[in-house]
Amino acid sequence: MNAEPKMTSRPTRTPAEQALADMLSAAPVSEAGRLGELRRAAAAAFVENGLPHRRVEEWHYTDLRALLRTVPARRAATSTPGEAVSFPNAIRVTLANGEVGPLPAELPQGVSLLTLADAIASDHPLLQRLGAAAPALYDAPLALNTALLGAGLVLHVAAGVKVARPIQVAQLFGGEAASVFTRLLVVVEEGASLSLIESFEGDGAAYLDDTVSELFIGDGAALDHVRLQAEGAAAIHLGTLVADLGRDARYDAFVLTLGAALSRLTVHGRFGGTGGHLGVRGASLLSDKRHADVTLFVDHAVAGCESRELFKTVLADSARGVFQGKIIVRPDAQKTDGRMMSQALLLSDDAEMDNKPELEIFADDVQCGHGATAGALDGKMLFYLMSRGLPREEAEMLLIQAFAGEAVEFVADLAVREVLTAHMTRWLEERHR
Amino acid sequence: MLDIRNLHARIGDNEIIKGLDLTVPAGEVHAIMGPNGSGKSTLSYVLSGKEDYEVTEGSVTFNGQDLLALSASQRAAAGVFLAFQYPVEVPGVANMTFLRAALNAQRRTRGEEEISTPDFLRLVKQKAPALGISQDMLRRGVNVGFSGGEKKRNEILQMALLEPKLCILDEADSGLDIDALKVVAEGVNALRSPERSMLVITHYQRLLDHIVPDVIHVMHKGRIVRTGGKELALELEETGYAAYGADAA
Ligand SMILES: Nc1ncnc2c1ncn2[C@@H]1O[C@H](COP(=O)(O)OP(=O)(O)OP(=O)(O)O)[C@@H](O)[C@H]1O
Ligand SMILES: [Mg+2]
Repeated sequence: MNAEPKMTSRPTRTPAEQALADMLSAAPVSEAGRLGELRRAAAAAFVENGLPHRRVEEWHYTDLRALLRTVPARRAATSTPGEAVSFPNAIRVTLANGEVGPLPAELPQGVSLLTLADAIASDHPLLQRLGAAAPALYDAPLALNTALLGAGLVLHVAAGVKVARPIQVAQLFGGEAASVFTRLLVVVEEGASLSLIESFEGDGAAYLDDTVSELFIGDGAALDHVRLQAEGAAAIHLGTLVADLGRDARYDAFVLTLGAALSRLTVHGRFGGTGGHLGVRGASLLSDKRHADVTLFVDHAVAGCESRELFKTVLADSARGVFQGKIIVRPDAQKTDGRMMSQALLLSDDAEMDNKPELEIFADDVQCGHGATAGALDGKMLFYLMSRGLPREEAEMLLIQAFAGEAVEFVADLAVREVLTAHMTRWLEERHR
Repeated sequence: MLDIRNLHARIGDNEIIKGLDLTVPAGEVHAIMGPNGSGKSTLSYVLSGKEDYEVTEGSVTFNGQDLLALSASQRAAAGVFLAFQYPVEVPGVANMTFLRAALNAQRRTRGEEEISTPDFLRLVKQKAPALGISQDMLRRGVNVGFSGGEKKRNEILQMALLEPKLCILDEADSGLDIDALKVVAEGVNALRSPERSMLVITHYQRLLDHIVPDVIHVMHKGRIVRTGGKELALELEETGYAAYGADAA
C-alpha cells in the first residue's frame, strides 16, 4: 500500500497510545525475512491507527481508546501468582506473566511443543503459519501482539495423531501491574485431533493481557478448544482467536468469561475447504462494573460448511455485556448452514447488554439464521420453583445455571465441563455472599 | 386447617378477590366451582405466595400460622402445595434435579435432614410409575415437551413426593382424557388423610365423581357466594351460574 502522508488530522495520542508507541520504539524489530516484515508492518499500523474508538464499527460498544486509560510497562515477571486451575488428566504448561515455565518432560507421540522464543531463534518452519490466517483488517490488539512478539508457545500435532489427553496452556498474571503480550500457535495437521484448554487467571494487579491464539486445523482434523477467562478484577484482557479450518475440519470452542475489569475477545473463524464445521459457544457471567465484549467473525469463504454460535451472557450489578457476530457467506459458499444466537439475562436494572448479530449473505442457496434476546429472569418460572420450596436465591441459581448450561453442554469432555460448571457455580455463590 | 377471612387481593388497580371467607378443616376436601374469571386461580396464587398480587385486607391462617407473612418457598415448607392450572416449563432444569432440590429445600427450611440419593431414587421409583411418569420424563427439563396430560400428572407426582398438608388443585382435570383423569384422581385420593386439607378447583362434576368432596363452594366475582354438600355440583351442572348473576358464556 502506498503510504502517502495523511492530511486528515488524527486525534492526538492518548496517554495509553503514547505508552504503547513508546513500547514499540523501545523494542525495534531486528529480524529479517517474513516475520520481520510482518512485525514492522504491525508496528507501523498501530502508529498510524492507534487504538480503536466507538466510530470504528467493530469497537462501537467497547471504546478502547476511551476505556484504556493507562498502559503498564512491560517488565520481567516479579512473582508468580499461585497455582493455575487444574483440569483432570490435562497436560499443563504454565506461563507466569508471559514467562513460559518448564515444558512437560513427556508429551504424547506426535505432539511437539516449543517456546515461541526458541522457534524464532531457530527460524522454525512452523513460523510460516504465524499471522498467515489473520484478518487483513487492522485490529489494534492483534497488531500490538504481532509487533511485540516474543512470549508464547508453538504446539504441533502430526498428521493422523489423535491426542487423548487435553493440553492446557495456563496463563497466570499478577504481582505487579505489567503489560504482557503472548502468542500461541497451534497446528493440528491432517486427520489429527486435539483437545486444547487455555486458562487466564490473575490477582488484583492492574495488568494488561494481550493474547493471540492462532489455530490451524488441517483437512479432516478436529480441535476442541476450551477457553477460561478468569482474570483479576482490575485486569484488562484483550484476546484474539484465529481459527483456520481445512476441508472437513472440525473446530468446537467454548469460552467462559468471568473476570477482568475490561475484556474483549475477538474470534475469527475461516473455512478454507468444504465440509468444515465450526462451533463457537460461550457463557459470560459478569458482576460489578465489568465490561466484556465478545465479537465474532465467521467467514464462509467456501461452499458446504456449517457454523454454530451460541452465547449466553448473565449480567449482575452494573456489568455490561457486548455480543457482536458477523457471519459472512461469500458468493461461492453455497449450501452454507449458519446459525447464531446470543441471549442475555439481566439480573439488575443497572446492567446493560448490547447485542448485534449480523448476516451478510452473497450466495443464494444457504440456510442461515440469527437471533438475540435480552431479558430478566422469567417470573413464572421463578414462582413455580419457589412454590415447590426453593428459596428465591436457590431458584434463581437453578435458572441461571440452566440458562448458561445450554451453552456449556456443548463441551463434550465431561471432566472439563465439570471444572467450568464449578467456576460458574462459584460465581453464583459469590453473588449471594 | 386453613382459615381465610375477608380476603381482598388485587393486581395493579384490579381488585380480584373481594372479601372472601373460607375455612377448610384438616382432613377435608373442599371443591371450588365458579364461572371463568371469578378469581379461582387468583385465590390459589394468593394462597401460595405469588408476588404479583397485593393483599389489601383480610387474613389467611394455616395451622395457626399467618400464611401471608411467608414467602412462597416458606409456605411450601409449611405444607402448601399448588398444582398449577398451567404447569410451567423450565428448560435446562432436569425434572429429577428439580424434585430433589425442592424436597431438600423444604426439609432444610423445616430444620430436617436432607434425603440421601438412594432414598430419593427409591421414593421416586415408588411413586412415578403409578402416575405414568417415565424415566425419560424424569430426565427431561421440568415439563419441557410434556403433553398437557403429562404436565398434570407431573404436578401430582410432585405433590406425592412433597407430601404437603394443604393441596390446592387448580383444574387438575383440564386437558385430561378419561383414563388420565382416573390416574390423577387416584393419585390425589391416595393422599387423602386426616391431617391433609384439599382445595379442589374445577368446572366439572366429572372430577368430583372421582375425588368426592366434603363441601362445595361457589365462587363468583371474588367471593364465596354459596356453600353446600356434594349434591351442589349436580345442581350447578343443571342450572349453571345464572342464579348468581353470571352471563351465559
Ligand atoms: N395479571 C393480571 N392482570 C390483570 N388482571 C388479571 C391478571 N390475572 C388475572 N386477572 C383477572 O382476574 C380475574 C380472575 O382471573 P382468574 O384466573 O383468577 O379466574 P379463574 O376463576 O381462575 O378463571 P378460569 O375458570 O377461566 O380459570 C380475571 O378477570 C382476569 O382477567
Ligand atoms: Mg383458573
